[in-house]
Amino acid sequence: MQAAHAHEHGHDDHAHHPSGIMRWVQTTNHKDIGTLYLIFSLTMFFIGGILAFGIRAELFQPGLQFWRPEVFNQLTTMHGLIMVFGAIMPAFVGFANWQIPMMIGAPDMAFARMNNWSFWLLPPAALLLVSSFFVPGGAPAAGWTIYAPLSTQMGPGMDLGIFALHIMGASSIMGSINIVTTILNMRAPGMTLMKMPLFVWTWLITAFLLIAVMPVFAGAVTMLLTDRFFETSFFDAAGGGDPVLYQHIFWFFGHPEVYIMILPTFGVASTIIPVFARKPLFGYSSMVYATASIAFLSFIVWAHHMFTVGMPIAGELYFMYATMLIAIPTGVKVFNWTATMWKGSMTFETPMLFSIAFVVLFTMGGFTGLMMSIAPSDFQYHDTYFIVAHFHYVLVPSSVFILMAAGYFWLPKWTGHMYNEKIGQLHFWMSVISVNILFFPQHFLGLAGMPRRIPDYAVQFADWNMVSSIGGFIFGVSQLLFLYIVIDTIRGGTGEKVSDEVWEDAHKHGLEWTLPSPAPYHTFTTPPDVIPTEHQ
Amino acid sequence: MSTPGAYYIPSKATWPVLATAGLVILLAGFANYLNGSSIGPTMMIVGFVVFILMLTGWFALQASESESGMYSTCVGISYRMGMMWFIFSEVMFFAVFFGTLWYTRNLSVPWLGGEGIGAATKELLWPSFDAVWPTNGPAHLGGKIVDGKPSGEFESMSAWGLPFLNTLILLSSGVTVTWAHHGLLAQHRGQLIKGLIATVALGFLFVICQAIEYHEAYSEMGLTLGSGIYGSTFFMLTGFHGFHVCVGAIILSVVLFRSSIGHFKPENHFAFEAAAWYWHFVDVVWLGLFIFVYIL
Repeated sequence: MQAAHAHEHGHDDHAHHPSGIMRWVQTTNHKDIGTLYLIFSLTMFFIGGILAFGIRAELFQPGLQFWRPEVFNQLTTMHGLIMVFGAIMPAFVGFANWQIPMMIGAPDMAFARMNNWSFWLLPPAALLLVSSFFVPGGAPAAGWTIYAPLSTQMGPGMDLGIFALHIMGASSIMGSINIVTTILNMRAPGMTLMKMPLFVWTWLITAFLLIAVMPVFAGAVTMLLTDRFFETSFFDAAGGGDPVLYQHIFWFFGHPEVYIMILPTFGVASTIIPVFARKPLFGYSSMVYATASIAFLSFIVWAHHMFTVGMPIAGELYFMYATMLIAIPTGVKVFNWTATMWKGSMTFETPMLFSIAFVVLFTMGGFTGLMMSIAPSDFQYHDTYFIVAHFHYVLVPSSVFILMAAGYFWLPKWTGHMYNEKIGQLHFWMSVISVNILFFPQHFLGLAGMPRRIPDYAVQFADWNMVSSIGGFIFGVSQLLFLYIVIDTIRGGTGEKVSDEVWEDAHKHGLEWTLPSPAPYHTFTTPPDVIPTEHQ
Repeated sequence: MSTPGAYYIPSKATWPVLATAGLVILLAGFANYLNGSSIGPTMMIVGFVVFILMLTGWFALQASESESGMYSTCVGISYRMGMMWFIFSEVMFFAVFFGTLWYTRNLSVPWLGGEGIGAATKELLWPSFDAVWPTNGPAHLGGKIVDGKPSGEFESMSAWGLPFLNTLILLSSGVTVTWAHHGLLAQHRGQLIKGLIATVALGFLFVICQAIEYHEAYSEMGLTLGSGIYGSTFFMLTGFHGFHVCVGAIILSVVLFRSSIGHFKPENHFAFEAAAWYWHFVDVVWLGLFIFVYIL
C-alpha cells in the first residue's frame, strides 16, 4: 500500500525503490525497463555482428578458409536469429517502453510487473540460444527459417533453439499485450487516437501483429519438436504430412514478422523527419491508414517466399498480385516523408541524416522486393544473394539506421546530455557508405546466380564478394563509434546542458519534449494537458 | 478514480525473475531429457516446482492487492483488455493446428494421392497410395501392434461415444459458470460457490473422459501420435485442448477457493470474469474440435 501512494507524491521519490543491482532486477519502471531492453539489444547486435564478421571473412575469398561448411551454416542461422529476435525486436520494444508512456501522457505501462517479466525472459533465452554452439552437433544450422525437414533432423542444438524461441515468443506476446493495453487504456484525456504520435500508432499496429502471429510461430516450432521426438508426421510425407506445410506456417508468421521490424521504423522516421524539416508531418491520417493497410496485407501474402516450392498456378498468381499491392501503402509513406521535407527549413543533425538515408535506402530495398514479387522473375532470384541484398537493405539501412537515429534523437532527452555531433556525423557517413559497399554488390552476385548460405563459391563471384566483405568490415568497425557515443553521452556527452525541448521547436511535435531533460523517473503522475500536435 | 493519476504502479516486482528461472530451468531440463541426458528430469522437476511456487506467490499478491481495493476502475479495464488479448493469442495458437488439419486433409494428402500438382509425385514416389481420410500416410506409420510390430492399421475416433458426452459436459459447464456469475452479481454466495463447484467438477470429468478415450485409442484402436498425419493432428488438437481444460479447471478452482473465503464483490471480480472468459474460450475451441476433428 505504501508503495502505491508513494507514487502519487512526487517525481523523485526513490525511497521505496530497490537500489543497486536489485533496482534493475525488480524494476517496474518503464524507463528502467526500456533501458534494459536497449542494453540487451545493443549487446545482441554486437554478438550477431561478430557472427556476420565470421561469415564475411569466410566469403572474402573463394575456397574454405576458416569454417567447415556446417559451422558456416550455424553462423548464418544464428546471425539471423540473434539479429531478428535479439537485436531489432527488443530494441524497438525498448524505445516503446521509454517513449509510449511519455508520448501519450501515461504514468507508466499498464502492467508494470509483467513488463519486468517480458524483459527478464530475454537474457536467459538468449543464453539458451547462444549456448547451442557448445552442444554436440553445434547450433541450429537450418537457416533462421528453420525449415523442416532439415530442422527435424538436426542435433540437440535445435532443441535449445526451439525452446529459446518459445521463451522469446512468450516475452513478445506479453510485451505486446502490455503495449496495446497501455495505448488503448492509458492515454491522457484529450489524447484521441488520431492525435497520437505516429510512433505510438505504428507500435499499436505492430503489437497487434505480434499477438496474432507469435502464437503461430510457437505452434510451428512445437510441431517441429513433436516431429523430432514424439513420432508425429506433420512435416513428413511418409506419414501423410508435408514439409511445405512448415513453410506455409512459418511464413504466415514470418511475413508479418518482417513488418514487425519495419512498422516501428516507419513510426520513428515519421517522428524525426518533421522535427528537422520544421514542418508538421505531411498526410498524418494517410500514414495511419497506410500502416494499417500494410499490416492487413502482411497476413495475406506469405507464400511469395515460396514461389519455387511447387504451388498450384492459381496460388502463384494470387500471391504475386497480393504482394504487389503492398507497394501502394508503402509508396504513400515514402511520398509523405518526402512531402514533409519539401520546402521545410531543414537541418541535418545526425538523427535526420540517418532518417534521410533510411527513406532513400528503404525505397531501394522496397523496389527489389517488388522485383521479387513477380513470380516468374523470382524463379531466378530465389535463394540467391539478390534476396540477401534485398532483405538486408530493408533491415540494416532501414530498421537499424532508424534505431540509430532514434538513439541520437532521444538520448539527449533521456540523459539530459548532448551527444558529440561531430562523431555522430562521422558515424553516419562511415555507416552509410560502408553499408552500400557491403550490400550493393550482393545484388550483382545474386543476379549472376550466386546462391545464399554457401561457404564457398565459383571464382567468377570473387571480386564482388571481396568488395562486399571489405564494406562489411568497415561497417562493423564503424558501429564501435555508436557504442562510444552512447556511453559518452550517458556519462555527460559534450557537457552542454540540453533544453527541455532539445531540438528547436520540438515541443510542437510531441508531449515528451514538454518534460524536463533528463526525463524524471516518474512522468505524468497527473495527466498532462494535451497540446494538440499539428497535423496537416 | 479512473484518471491515470490514480493508476496503481507497484514499486517493485519480486516474482518475474523467479518465473524466468523456473521456466528456463524447466525447458533446458526438457531439452536435456529429450536428448537423453540424465540431469534432464531433475531439472524439469526443479523448474516446475519453482514455476508453481512463483504462480502461487504472484497470484496471491495480486489477489490481496485486489481485495484491499488498490485497483482503480482504470486498472480493472487494463486487466480485462489484457485478458482479451491473451485469449486472442490463444485463438491464434489453436488456429495453427486447425489450419494444419485443413491443409493436410484438403490439400497435401490429395496431392500425395495424385490430385492436381501431385500427379508426378504419386507416380514416382507412392504409386499405391490411396488418399482417403483418415490416413496414416503412404508409409502406413504406426497402427495396432501385431506380433510386437506396428501393423499400419488403425481406427479413427468416432464422434458419438465419449466425445459427444464430453461436448455435453463442457456445454453444461458453460451454463453452470454463468449461473455462478449471476450468483456473484446478485450477492448469492451459495449460488456462486455451488455453480463453481459444478463447473470445476464438470471440467475434471471432461479430462477423465478424455483420458479414457486416449487410453482406448492407444491400447485398442492403434491410434497414437505416431499413426501418421491423422494421429498427429488428432492428438495435437485434442491434447492441447485438454491441457487448456486442465489449466482452466485449475484457475476455476482457485476462483472457487477465493469465493469460499469471501473474495469478490459484484463490482470487483476481475479474476472470476477472466476465468469465465477463458472457460468459454476453451468451450468454443472444443466445439470446433468436435465438428472438424470428430464429425467431419
